[in-house]
Amino acid sequence: MIKVTIDGIELEVEEGTTIMNAARKIGGEVVPPAMCYYTSLKGSGGKCRACLVKVAQGSAKDPRPMPKLVASCCTNVQDGMVVLNSTSPEVLETRRGIVEFLLVNHPLDCPICDQAGECELQNFAFDHGLQKTRSEFHRREFDPIDIGPHIKLHMTRCILCYRCTMVADQLTEERVHGVLWRGEASEISTYIQKAVENDFSGNMIDVCPVGALTDRHFRFRNRVWFLNPMDAHRNCSKCSGKVVLWMRGEEVYRVTARKDQYDEVKEFICNECRWDHYDTKDWVVEGPRAVEKWSVITANKYSKETVELPEQLFSKLDNAKWDSFEGVT
Amino acid sequence: MSRKILLDKIGIAGIETFPVYRSNGGYASVEKALKMQPADIVEEVKKSGLRGRGGAGFPTGLKWSFIDKKSGRPRYLVCNADESEPGTFKDRFLMEKLPHLVLEGMITASIALEANLSFIYVRGEFRWIIKILEKAIVEAKEAGFLGRNILGTGYNLEIVVQTGAGAYICGEETALIESLEGKRGNPRIKPPFPAVSGLYGNPTVVSNVESIAAVPWIVNNGGAEYAKIGVPKSSGTKLISACGNINNPGVYEIELGLPVKDFLFAPEWCGGMKNGKRLKAVVAGGSSVPILPAGLFLKTANGEDRLMSYESLADGGFATGTMLGSGGFIVYDEDQCIVRNTWNFTRFYHHESCGQCSPCREGTGWMERILHNIENGHGKMSDIDLLWDVQKKIEGNTICPLGDAAAWPVAAAIRHFRDEFEWHIKEPKECMVRNFGIAEPAIV
Repeated sequence: MIKVTIDGIELEVEEGTTIMNAARKIGGEVVPPAMCYYTSLKGSGGKCRACLVKVAQGSAKDPRPMPKLVASCCTNVQDGMVVLNSTSPEVLETRRGIVEFLLVNHPLDCPICDQAGECELQNFAFDHGLQKTRSEFHRREFDPIDIGPHIKLHMTRCILCYRCTMVADQLTEERVHGVLWRGEASEISTYIQKAVENDFSGNMIDVCPVGALTDRHFRFRNRVWFLNPMDAHRNCSKCSGKVVLWMRGEEVYRVTARKDQYDEVKEFICNECRWDHYDTKDWVVEGPRAVEKWSVITANKYSKETVELPEQLFSKLDNAKWDSFEGVT
Repeated sequence: MSRKILLDKIGIAGIETFPVYRSNGGYASVEKALKMQPADIVEEVKKSGLRGRGGAGFPTGLKWSFIDKKSGRPRYLVCNADESEPGTFKDRFLMEKLPHLVLEGMITASIALEANLSFIYVRGEFRWIIKILEKAIVEAKEAGFLGRNILGTGYNLEIVVQTGAGAYICGEETALIESLEGKRGNPRIKPPFPAVSGLYGNPTVVSNVESIAAVPWIVNNGGAEYAKIGVPKSSGTKLISACGNINNPGVYEIELGLPVKDFLFAPEWCGGMKNGKRLKAVVAGGSSVPILPAGLFLKTANGEDRLMSYESLADGGFATGTMLGSGGFIVYDEDQCIVRNTWNFTRFYHHESCGQCSPCREGTGWMERILHNIENGHGKMSDIDLLWDVQKKIEGNTICPLGDAAAWPVAAAIRHFRDEFEWHIKEPKECMVRNFGIAEPAIV
């Protein structure tokens, strides 16, 4: 175990932990934003530069600061390292720059984008961005294309995080799409219009941080903040079967994998679970999904505080204690 | 100050063929190196103080000593011949005229690193050089200097010439390795460095053509002897490819420490300004390094004469100095437009950015468009500050140094020639008729 200090908070982590994962153990403001890093995808990270942090002290042995800001998602902590994230004006200024770069070619079409409300770029820009754009140039344009029976690609919105190519590499049998061209002209595309069709291809939609890859069965049918996410599961031979049903009334609008507080999927689901079971009878509904309070999805619905307490808790409390139990509202 | 080590045999007819090169003392370093301990060769190179000639100036011997020999995994030497920096054309000259010198250096360096397979990664546009190198390899193989059991010592070495597809980014060592593996030429995230995990995950050294070509002389004459040439910390000779508004453009070998005044004005080298024009600015080491106005280029901020060496050119930091870089020496006379030149450089970096990380991918294009506006009379005063802000947010925040290389020329142009940018904005019609003579040129 080695000691590391992030924004003045000291903690012990195992050797080989990245700064990002150490910060996530603390949680809250200390956690750097991540647009391309994805815990369950090997080799992800380092590309978006959103998670740059300042290392004020390299290690206990070599206390020199690192000359440049480092990407926290792919830099391992050293014993005695001192990291500055949200307490460093330099880091915050750079982060404003990164938002600006990511939005230089972004169409900012949130009002008509299906990802709005659960978009990582939207959240990132909301937290760190400028109020208005300084770029007055033409943004790059692409026509939306179908890259298979289930997925629509809006290249205009893509921030080239490479996550979807890693899903294809690591989850599916073969990758039929990738990054073509170079620099600002780079685009995600399929190999000669070859359709992406694979049992796990739907996960590309879940890992996409923006609205570049959207679900063709869900597009334009509803806004996410009108839907109620419900945890549900079924017996599936291909995957864990643990999903979120996005419902409005009794109708299931879409099925996705479960995302954690960092918008990351830990258990990927198969396309059968995702697209072939839109009936609640196929699922064992566990209950409403806990959504982070700041998320727009919680709007006018419920928050963590109002989730009903489990019955076991009630039975264990005798009447005497019940009076003093005021913490729960 | 005109000692020649690399180009001393350049005048001999037929030096590009094996028999002539051999009869003029060629391949002696291979014979000597095979009798030496590999670690001793590395030690000699370390002693010589040879610094990487590709641009960064990292000590070559030190780089070689980092290579992981303990793990027992195969080691590779890769010669970086992906020379694509605007203004730099020294490696092309070396490979074209003296292919056997490069090859001799490759063999000697491979012996030092105990590598049995080495690569020369040639830029895609250098089609004819591939043929020259491959012909040289065949000749060396027939003479027993390459292949199995070299000169009966039991040492095996193959050299493979691999061509790129015309990407500047593949000159960055990890992108070069990715490309060599047959992948998209995206730079890797470091660490791990190539000396630990490079080509195919094995320890790899990537060295510039010119660094490798200097190795035979060092092995033949000893590192201490090489360290005597030049000035302390910048030892040896350097190829400078001079171009721009000078009388004698071309590739010159100079001893490091030569005063820039001599190099620029002596008839032996650049021969002064063309058509008697006055000097306005110089880019001393390829397009990536900061441009300097004539006054600051000839003399440092302290009033000392500037020398052609790593230290002297970097004197004053980026505020008043520049870098030796890869030796692409571009000279501008009083008629040249700095804004147009900066736009041209930025256009290059925009085109060559790999698109992996966001500051470089989006920032280079943004800078190019702003500069294009200013250059064509559509600029606003706020654009200059915006440009400064954009370059500042690219610099140091990218995966590889291409972001820095794109930001530095823009920063230096604004720093030293801000009046010219302002003039472009104030006089949009004047700048459209290409009347640029507004910055004060130095009178020498």
